[in-house]
Amino acid sequence: MLELIEQIRDNARQLLEEGKVHCVIGYRQGSIPMRVQPHFAYSPEETDKMTWSCFCTQNLAKYLIGREEPTAILAQGCVTRNIAGLIQENQVKRENIYILGINSPGMVDYRKVQSKLPGRVIHEVLEENGHLLVRGPGYEEKILKRDVKRDNCYTCNHRNPVIYDQLIGEKGEETGGGNIDKVAAPWENLGPDQRWAKFQDTFKDCIRCYACRDACPLCYCKECFVDESKPQWCGKTVDESDVHTFHILRAFHCAGRCTDCGACESACPMGIKMRRLTSKIEKDIRQMFGFSPGLDTQESPPLSVYRPDDPEEFMLK
Amino acid sequence: MTEQIQFQPRITAFLCSWCSYGAADLAGVSRMQYPPNIRIIMIPCTGHMNPKFILQAFRQGVDGVWVSGCHPGDCHYVSGNLFARRRFVVLKNLLEYIGIEPGRLHFTWISSAEAGRFQEKAREVVHAVQELGPISRLVREIGPVREALRQEL
Repeated sequence: MLELIEQIRDNARQLLEEGKVHCVIGYRQGSIPMRVQPHFAYSPEETDKMTWSCFCTQNLAKYLIGREEPTAILAQGCVTRNIAGLIQENQVKRENIYILGINSPGMVDYRKVQSKLPGRVIHEVLEENGHLLVRGPGYEEKILKRDVKRDNCYTCNHRNPVIYDQLIGEKGEETGGGNIDKVAAPWENLGPDQRWAKFQDTFKDCIRCYACRDACPLCYCKECFVDESKPQWCGKTVDESDVHTFHILRAFHCAGRCTDCGACESACPMGIKMRRLTSKIEKDIRQMFGFSPGLDTQESPPLSVYRPDDPEEFMLK
Repeated sequence: MTEQIQFQPRITAFLCSWCSYGAADLAGVSRMQYPPNIRIIMIPCTGHMNPKFILQAFRQGVDGVWVSGCHPGDCHYVSGNLFARRRFVVLKNLLEYIGIEPGRLHFTWISSAEAGRFQEKAREVVHAVQELGPISRLVREIGPVREALRQEL
């Protein structure tokens, strides 16, 4: 891991020194253990802060939107897929960005680590091969990384960067080991009443902070539907109906574009599992239209094209 | 006279102005009878339909939503209904997935000459929603007030 960090810093420094790019976007250590922040290096000195770990859960593709100057970005599998998506949607110019591709080790959910050590303070978390070494006041514990991996990283199928200009480290395993079809859309086998109960239960804690929207690289509308006031499609309260409307529309807006990067779940301060909704749409799109988003910069998003023989069974005959 | 009055649902119908709205018009001019539970909103094309419209209707308490447009290939704007078809299937699956009953949301293709078909589908839609009863999910309501009103009726 340390070698990779060195390599990231070296490459970033070189790019800035040569004047190839205006800025390098990467990660830096956050102010508390297990959290990292996006880092924007504008000068060679600032690259010393860059880091790489299994806690890099933010999707940096978000920060490419609206950048006019040439920019370099550190991107693992899902981030490169989102960059490809942004190129498809004409939000980012390919010639304007320089992608430092890196294999994703599968990110860790800090909530899962905390739940393994209930009530204990964590001072430091170090990575060893396949393990996390957690240190706190008067204790040191080893946790298997596999047990605390994020749900979406467990079922990931594209850990290696899809598009890149330069590869950092080596390509690694492509899959996380889980089967997405088994875990996607968990309520599918239930009846309407149970589904509704599960849906209510999943989103009951939402405080409408919009962290999920702000973390999502797909959300770049100038005016979001939740901010529209005339007419107001979605109320601003934490009333159940408003919360439900927000999450249904948010999920629908990601239809056919979501790469299952998990940035929304990681950003949520209340620990809401919104992937239970988005995974259903993703599964539908994959099965009905045979489409996985972000694998090519040339293709079109599935909801902006059509075929004469699209499924029609759902309509009244 | 203890017979219960049958539940009369309120249904919002979003009809394309080039076809289904014409079919509704023709059905009216031809004096074809169809249930009066349908409130029609004219839209320029089903391609203009936004999931926001459907959710807004549910939020305001309608018991069912019906969207109807031109047959594939007949769209006035060439392909609006074909784009809509893809969006509808994703939205319908999503709403059913979270627990909205399958009979609340309906989609049809009706051309402006098919008044008979409009009448038939209107009956089908109303019947399907009638079977399900009043909606309780997704509705933006001041809960107890609506409940009290319902009991009073």
